[in-house]
Amino acid sequence: MNDSEFVRVMASILLQASPLIIAVCGEILTERSGVVNLSLDGSLLMAAMTGFVVGLLTQNLWLGFGAAALVGALFAGIVAFGSIRLGQSQVAIGFVLALLGDDLSAFLGQNYTRTPGVAVPHTPIPILKDIPIIGPVIFDQDIVVYFALVLIGITWWWLNRTQPGLRLRGSGERPEAAFARGVGVNRVRYLYTILGGALVGIAGAAYSLDVKIGWSDGHVRGFGWIALAIVIFGGWSPIRGAFGALLFGATKALATYLQRAFPEVSVVAFNSIPWVLMILVLLAVGSDYTERFISAMPKDWQRPLRRVLRVSPPMALGTTFHEG
Amino acid sequence: MNDAELSQGKPAGTQNWLLRLWPIVPIIAALLFTSGLLLLFNAGPLESYSAMWTGAFGDANKTFSVLAFWIPLLLASFGLLITFTAGLWNIGIEGQIILGAIFASWVALKVDGPAILLIPLELLAAMVGGALWAGIVAVLKTRGKVNEIFGGLALNNLAIILTNYLISGPWQPPEGGSFRGTTPFQEAALLPRYMDTRFSPLSLVLAVSAFVIVFFILRGTTWGLKLKALGKNPYSAFLLGVRSERETIMAMMFCGALGGLAGAVRVLSWFDSLRQSISGGIGFLALLIVILAAYRIFWVPLIALFFSAVLNGSITLQLRTQLHSSLGGILTGVMVLFVLLFGSAKQLGIGKTKQVVSEGAPEVTYSPADTIVPGKHGGD
Amino acid sequence: MRVELKDIRKYFGQVKANDGINLTLEPGKIYALVGENGAGKSTLMKILSGYQPPTSGEILLDGQTVQLHSPADALAHGVGMLYQDPLDMPPFRVIDNYLLGSNGGVRLDYKTARAELEGLAGRYGFDIDVNAMIDSLSMGERQQLELVRLLAGGAEVLILDEPTTGISAEQKEILFESIRKLAREEGKTVILVSHKLEEVQDLCLYAYVLRRGQLVGEQELPCLNEQLVEMMFGQVPQRTRRPAFDVGEPVLELRDVTIDTYQLTVPDINLSVRAGEIFGFAGLEGSGQRLVMQACAGLTQPNQGHIYLNGQDVSRWGYHRLQANGVGYVAAGRLEEGLVAGLTLTEHLVLARPEKQFFIDWKDNAQEMAGRIEKYQIIGRPETTADALSGGNQQRLLFALLNTPLKLLLLEHPTRGLDVRSIDYTWQLLYKRRDDGTAILFISADLDEIIEHSDRIAVFSGGKMSRILDAHETTADELGHLIGGQE
Repeated sequence: MNDSEFVRVMASILLQASPLIIAVCGEILTERSGVVNLSLDGSLLMAAMTGFVVGLLTQNLWLGFGAAALVGALFAGIVAFGSIRLGQSQVAIGFVLALLGDDLSAFLGQNYTRTPGVAVPHTPIPILKDIPIIGPVIFDQDIVVYFALVLIGITWWWLNRTQPGLRLRGSGERPEAAFARGVGVNRVRYLYTILGGALVGIAGAAYSLDVKIGWSDGHVRGFGWIALAIVIFGGWSPIRGAFGALLFGATKALATYLQRAFPEVSVVAFNSIPWVLMILVLLAVGSDYTERFISAMPKDWQRPLRRVLRVSPPMALGTTFHEG
Repeated sequence: MNDAELSQGKPAGTQNWLLRLWPIVPIIAALLFTSGLLLLFNAGPLESYSAMWTGAFGDANKTFSVLAFWIPLLLASFGLLITFTAGLWNIGIEGQIILGAIFASWVALKVDGPAILLIPLELLAAMVGGALWAGIVAVLKTRGKVNEIFGGLALNNLAIILTNYLISGPWQPPEGGSFRGTTPFQEAALLPRYMDTRFSPLSLVLAVSAFVIVFFILRGTTWGLKLKALGKNPYSAFLLGVRSERETIMAMMFCGALGGLAGAVRVLSWFDSLRQSISGGIGFLALLIVILAAYRIFWVPLIALFFSAVLNGSITLQLRTQLHSSLGGILTGVMVLFVLLFGSAKQLGIGKTKQVVSEGAPEVTYSPADTIVPGKHGGD
Repeated sequence: MRVELKDIRKYFGQVKANDGINLTLEPGKIYALVGENGAGKSTLMKILSGYQPPTSGEILLDGQTVQLHSPADALAHGVGMLYQDPLDMPPFRVIDNYLLGSNGGVRLDYKTARAELEGLAGRYGFDIDVNAMIDSLSMGERQQLELVRLLAGGAEVLILDEPTTGISAEQKEILFESIRKLAREEGKTVILVSHKLEEVQDLCLYAYVLRRGQLVGEQELPCLNEQLVEMMFGQVPQRTRRPAFDVGEPVLELRDVTIDTYQLTVPDINLSVRAGEIFGFAGLEGSGQRLVMQACAGLTQPNQGHIYLNGQDVSRWGYHRLQANGVGYVAAGRLEEGLVAGLTLTEHLVLARPEKQFFIDWKDNAQEMAGRIEKYQIIGRPETTADALSGGNQQRLLFALLNTPLKLLLLEHPTRGLDVRSIDYTWQLLYKRRDDGTAILFISADLDEIIEHSDRIAVFSGGKMSRILDAHETTADELGHLIGGQE
């Protein structure tokens, strides 16, 4: 593969990964507050369908994205409400919504399959795009990619360098203590679950309006589950999560490339790569390799390393908090 | 209503009838919701529901189809009751059904003999296949700390990939690979069916046996109690003498075996060969059924029958009205959702009690550090 | 700040946790709130600190009636409470933990916060590393941080809930010094909730005594302990005399056992416990005694050395194998580490019985459970769920589930959180076990309990085990020094 082909592949990987990055950042916000939104697969499908249809009917991209964000927020809102107010299992509600989203999107979108719609225009950034290698990969893209990249930074900054971010993390780690500090834990959880859901909605529209244009039955099925897994093995951190998304994007590109290079090997092997990869990475994360690795490092490095490589979930993830 | 009455759980007179009737409310709400969707697409709800009804029970053949779809749902659901009791979310049930079908197909295609030999062999192979696939998820969880939701998902997809490979490759029909299915099985390999329907009375026997076995396991055996303890508090269960790792694996494999059996019924009676859609979403449906049944075994058969009727009926609906058959899935899904959300009047009306509809719902820890052996708690 | 509590009542259904309590607290003084477990001390302080509202009654701060809606609200009014387990954020850094909940805009101002934190800490003699992770700190350090946070938040009234459990002697001195300074030099009102009467005598001026939800007495301090005890219990409780006993052969032996975890290394443990002997482990939490006990229970494996049970090498045996061979283990957390919430007493029995039947004979098991309920005086029925029992009854249930006879019984904090009567009963049960020849090894944070009930004692400090002491010949003082790491 020569240089320009390499660059093209890289750019394509980033484009493919961008909606996933957006969804992952959204879910990280949700889970850091203590809520699991297992409905991602269904929300992504519903959002993709909604974004496409609304975009098509109004010929307006912004409305499409907006409608998709609302749909994502609605799904997330149901999970939040069902868990916080009604005390039901987040996993159960999320799972039902995941399946329901699939069926609903198929039903509601049935008249719009295989119809051409609107698409996000290519918007390269002048000057920057001419930087060798990085230029074409990062700056010769469209607004979805730029949004995803900026979102990584914003999410990280919000979580780690702001007061609201501390309150968010506190709600997910130790809600009793956060409550004692004046944090409205359940309000925080509602807020970030819905916000996260809106981002997931945007990600769904990013698929049907940009990365995988159009709508069909089963369009982005499976991506939601992958996003959830990436959140876990990204250790609930936006930067590592983005790497995870890129890794998954890369496996797809890799699969296509390998398939061309080795046509004899059956499709099976390549299709299985992402799933086998998922298992392997989750295994690596669950084992104590990280801990052993850190312990082997010089004392001074251990503390910052531990901070960077921490993979434990928010301690109160999935639990219900009763105030007062 | 004052505190004393609340704590006794006996509501005052006028609200009594409302509480009694409450369980129906989410069901009616689900019907209203689905009707709304139908209206959106200019389809009359009443016609649509009656089309569904005739699609399900219109004639004897159709009715038997509903029954034939019902059996694997039952088998999978009974298996899931075991894993739910143990506190596990066995999303991988879909893959276990598929593997059961694959193993049964292998016997059907590769072994020659009379039905009396083939069928038990196929059923056994199916149970082994499903149990093995579930076992992998279980070991990933106990040894690898991979949450069973993700382990199950990955293995579901791998099972589908494997099926597609077999269909288009080694087991393709003589006319050439068409991605539709493998070569059809010999007659002796198939389960005997009632006349020319897809329903196999033998499969009913299997389902009833499964019901009885699971019922007794949960109510009257030490193993069932161990699983119950494991599901509620894995560490305490361990300290009380429950070998948590082993029991998790056993529970998953038991469910996998029943799932595999469901797959065998599918591939040997509903179809006559291994197909792409061999599992038919039955695994996920079974999860919904068990949630809707509030994890109570006696409610499962009726709810499963309802699901089967709705889903089969909606296929006819699609044929008649051009409406996408996912409507059936929507109706059933919305019903489960609404029951979860407002199935318990107490939650909404009276105070903020922690009452949940499904008292059996497992508390699942959603984390890669899912561990049920000491080490997590050990040490200072 | 002057605090007045007027006719505070708190009812939980039928239970009267606080039943009409009136007290006044003047600024610049250190008060003690004493009473046995369940007397209502925690409830009252939770009300004062804003954690829960009273059913009726008034709180006045400097003469003004106030409604406190939350702990943060209370702190804004000047009342701060330091919990036994400080309400901090273990995965956060010290500086982030300090900043959480403070006002001052979206962006975090690390510079100012750091200056504030270090300034305040220095004033009271606390040594703080701003970038450390909270979960790497000792209990004493976490307490100091929480105290600093409360003071920075404007606390004029400080409530300290059992602050000296789990901190070293040195940290205790620092804490007490800072309290004295806060009261005398800064005019804060301090309330110490404690059951350690010597500390109460040492630090406080005045004691309020609660019993069964009511204020039953007030006393100027220092005074005779008996006076306080009498008010707390209504009568001086009988302590069971430790009956003399002839110990037998060694049941448990540890030779050169070393346990390595990433947090702690426990090197070269050598000890033996004989049949009928009661051996006590003393030391702060996290000093290694729990690790050693878990190694004996098979929950963790020693990296070096050997463990022998009645002469047999069991170093590689796992928990269940040891359980089947006469070793009993009772963890500290009753509901989290031993009982299953939602399961009935009978169901627990079925699980705990060594002879496992495949099919459960419910009637038989219920009868057996009913028998054990009587024998162990558990307030509950066979169909009651474990979580419905009180702490003391849960402890009795745990004992009732143990096999008889046992070769070795390992107990982590067997009397934690229990009232004096339950503690006494627990020890009666343990003495009956020793009559069967069971070797007993227990961990406790209460030095008096260790001295009173042990035959021999080992003290853990920073992972190292001290020389083995004879309980008859040592004092709480000596143990305290050993805990602090001094020889």
